[in-house]
Amino acid sequence: MRYHPLTADDRAAMLAKIGVGSVDALFKDVPKEAVVPLSAFDLPDTQGEIEVDRKLTRMAAKNTAAGAAPFFCGAGAYKHHVPAAVDHLIQRSEFLTSYTPYQPEIAQGTLQYMFEFQTQVALLTGMEVANASLYDGSTATTEAVLMAQRITRRPKAILSGGLHPHYAETVETVAGLHGTITRATVTPGKAEDIAALIDNETACIVVQSPDVFGLIRDLKPLAAAAHAKGALLIAVVTEVVSLGLLEAPGFQDADIVACEGQSIGNGLNFGGPYVGLFATKEKYLRQMPGRLCGETVDAAGRRGYVLTLSTREQHIRREKATSNICTNSGLCCLAFTIHLSLLGEEGLTRLARINHAKASALADKLSAVKGVSLVTPAFFNEFTVKLSKPAAEVVDVLAKKGIIAGVPASRLLPHDPSVKDLLIVAATETTTDEDADALTRALAEVL
Amino acid sequence: MTMNNQGRPTAPGAIELNELPTISGDRGLDHEEPLIFGIGRDGHCGVDLPNVQLSEARLGGQRRRGPIGLPGLSEPEVVRHYVRLSRNNYAIDAGLYPLGSCTMKHNPRLNEKMARLPGFGDLHPLAPQSTTQGALELISELMKWLTTLTGMPAVAMSPKAGAHGELCGLLAIRAAVEARGEKRNRILVPESAHGTNPATAAFAGFTIDEVKGTADGRVDMVELEGKLGPDVAAIMLTNPNTCGLFERDIRHMADATHKAGAYFYCDGANFNAIAGRVRPGDLGIDAMHINLHKTFSTPHGGGGPGAGPVVLSAALAPFAPLPLLVHDANGFRLIEDRAEIKDGAKPFGRMCAFHGQMGMFSRALSYMLSHGRDGVRQASEDAVLSANYILHSLKDVMTAPFGDGPCMHEALFDDGFLEGTGVTTLDFAKAMIDEGYHPMTMYFPLVVHGAMLIEPTESESKESLDRFIHVLREMALEAKAGRKERFEGAPRLAPRRRLDETAAARKPVLRWKKKELPQAAE
Repeated sequence: MRYHPLTADDRAAMLAKIGVGSVDALFKDVPKEAVVPLSAFDLPDTQGEIEVDRKLTRMAAKNTAAGAAPFFCGAGAYKHHVPAAVDHLIQRSEFLTSYTPYQPEIAQGTLQYMFEFQTQVALLTGMEVANASLYDGSTATTEAVLMAQRITRRPKAILSGGLHPHYAETVETVAGLHGTITRATVTPGKAEDIAALIDNETACIVVQSPDVFGLIRDLKPLAAAAHAKGALLIAVVTEVVSLGLLEAPGFQDADIVACEGQSIGNGLNFGGPYVGLFATKEKYLRQMPGRLCGETVDAAGRRGYVLTLSTREQHIRREKATSNICTNSGLCCLAFTIHLSLLGEEGLTRLARINHAKASALADKLSAVKGVSLVTPAFFNEFTVKLSKPAAEVVDVLAKKGIIAGVPASRLLPHDPSVKDLLIVAATETTTDEDADALTRALAEVL
Repeated sequence: MTMNNQGRPTAPGAIELNELPTISGDRGLDHEEPLIFGIGRDGHCGVDLPNVQLSEARLGGQRRRGPIGLPGLSEPEVVRHYVRLSRNNYAIDAGLYPLGSCTMKHNPRLNEKMARLPGFGDLHPLAPQSTTQGALELISELMKWLTTLTGMPAVAMSPKAGAHGELCGLLAIRAAVEARGEKRNRILVPESAHGTNPATAAFAGFTIDEVKGTADGRVDMVELEGKLGPDVAAIMLTNPNTCGLFERDIRHMADATHKAGAYFYCDGANFNAIAGRVRPGDLGIDAMHINLHKTFSTPHGGGGPGAGPVVLSAALAPFAPLPLLVHDANGFRLIEDRAEIKDGAKPFGRMCAFHGQMGMFSRALSYMLSHGRDGVRQASEDAVLSANYILHSLKDVMTAPFGDGPCMHEALFDDGFLEGTGVTTLDFAKAMIDEGYHPMTMYFPLVVHGAMLIEPTESESKESLDRFIHVLREMALEAKAGRKERFEGAPRLAPRRRLDETAAARKPVLRWKKKELPQAAE
């Protein structure tokens, strides 16, 4: 086996040195009846690179890659161009094949980019502090709700109807164990009156902007309404490129910001791995979950970085930890950091403008089609349209024509008949005029 | 030191390192690298994008008012910055990385190539399912490998890491207990457990009851049975355990647990010791997460991303979270909603958005197909053989608290051999850095004093193991001989000396901040 350096002679010599006759003797604590022969596993034997490559390449070829068709899916995962340098750099052995930086003297590379990442996230969200990332946006949102429950010592979380339904289900599954979760009504293209639902038991309201239907929300009055009742505002962003153009949640007085960072540096990957951004106010720092990197000095007085405030974490605090999380999303967070460094202020601003311009142009084209009406009045790079037929059927028909038209709202909200004709459509810098025209023509044909 | 008339040293090795501070502050290949925020300048950019006109009509009045504060850099500057940072990291590609419990094995590059095939890497999670059949087929095949290797009937694929898998397993147990109309709130956790176990149990709303260990490093069965009762939902056991030992009484433990009406959760962090040889399903386990980044070598990436699928027994399988994957005459299909379920399954909820860590699934399957069942078994055997080789070769100069019997895939030592030397486990570990090695896991498990947990994995050649053993033997002998200078203040040869962690925690500096510039004179 090409990955195993030991030879049969090596193994024999090692066994002889240990003083046992066979490797079986080393497994003597395993009950004999629990050891099974290889034939018990209905699986193939070792294969070479050629065979494995061929098999997986054939599987991959059965899928329609986003780049292989006019493509308009969003709803929490976005197709963006990732500069070639990003993927090259994250494959450096020293980044790819290192562990959590528990020995800081020989992990300054990882620690320094984590510190840069934390700074970038804080700047982007307009918050005071950020952690070194969580798994993804949905789990970051869940952690935010748990954190709000701890800070306020109140049980109830109110989720906006515009929160991505997968996020809402994730929050309900975990945070629901520690309190009650209320979902506000789904009002595509309109802001629901979530402020009216806040009471004295409310720990937080959770509002996504742009929301799952693409609508840009005004968070400032919601923050004020929450704070007036002693509750927190958790702002959720699933498309972080929007922060290059829209006001940061921190400047609208959000208390915790949870984002999906996939759009910067990370491919679609069929849903993961992604990178959860998590930022808050300094006063809540010690209630924050997840890994944190801090600046310090070494014994020679040189600047360096270490993991810090780990008394919040499971390996020190065990059952009293703020979370059970034991990793961050290391390599995805590095990809984010490198891509954002390449973009910088100017690049991110331009990228965000392009995204908005592409989506605006697409919205105009689609709105002109008979049987299509625009539902989302204010949006970034994603909007919802109402079709004259069920959106899921239309998407299937268009998929057969080689066009990935978007995400039918019914895929996310299968129980809500009011959304069955709604199609969520995203456009990014990768969308061409030809793509937009192809979708427009195809919709005109089928509606 | 002496030089010949060409300026070449005549006595190689006699040179003093650090003898002269350099003008630049850099030293040969070692560059001091500032933060990215100290490099860039306003208006510069490493990506060429057109500057399009902005219409604010559809922004709902929410346009950003002020600057973000990000620096601007060209591509060469960004590339150099991150290449320089990378050179300050130790990595398994560069050397033996014996972190016990972490399983730093070789990361085959074929796996990276496979994960980046556009059909996997550039595939949207909510694209029409007719256009993602190959991805669903890959997940289905990986599920077959995981259930076959573990001898379990079902697997939940969405958990994003080991700790997330633990949470998934405990939520399935909670749902199963509730479905029986019972209230069970207590989880038994051995004191040698990973910190994630009690943290996860608390996260899932349970209370934790710790079970003591025996003198031979295993769970105390008497205490365990004494603690089992009608309010116990589950026990959480790591097997092989964190002392690197197989829990011999595991069948008995499973029987006692089930008899008390509780479920048996196994932390699968150490599955790499027994994969291809022992099926956890045969041992009476109800749920076990599998760290794909450990046993199946998806890279650790400096601390993530991981993946933690959870195999489930028949008793827990109906409670697996959404989405579910089914295969019928029409092909593969994800069930994302309870209403679509026909077989009576009752998912407890959803672990995350979308369907799990696809990028890790493709890597893990590539690893499994390459190894085959025979290669998986060989990997476990080599890992166990290598650990025992180290244990056997070092136990006369270091102290191995459970060194009599064989260990599994990791060798545990305590600091007994350092007693009276003035050298601590930390000093010893840090001195390993100067010898070119990443230290072993220190001070874990908590059940032995000054623990040093060494996991060589199957990826080291005999020559590499022999050299490692030689270095550790010499170090142990030097410590005992009172030559403390090698240990005190080590490492000396790393990019940094020991870092002040206390100062970092006392006054946390967690981000860069722009210095307030003095007002320019009018």
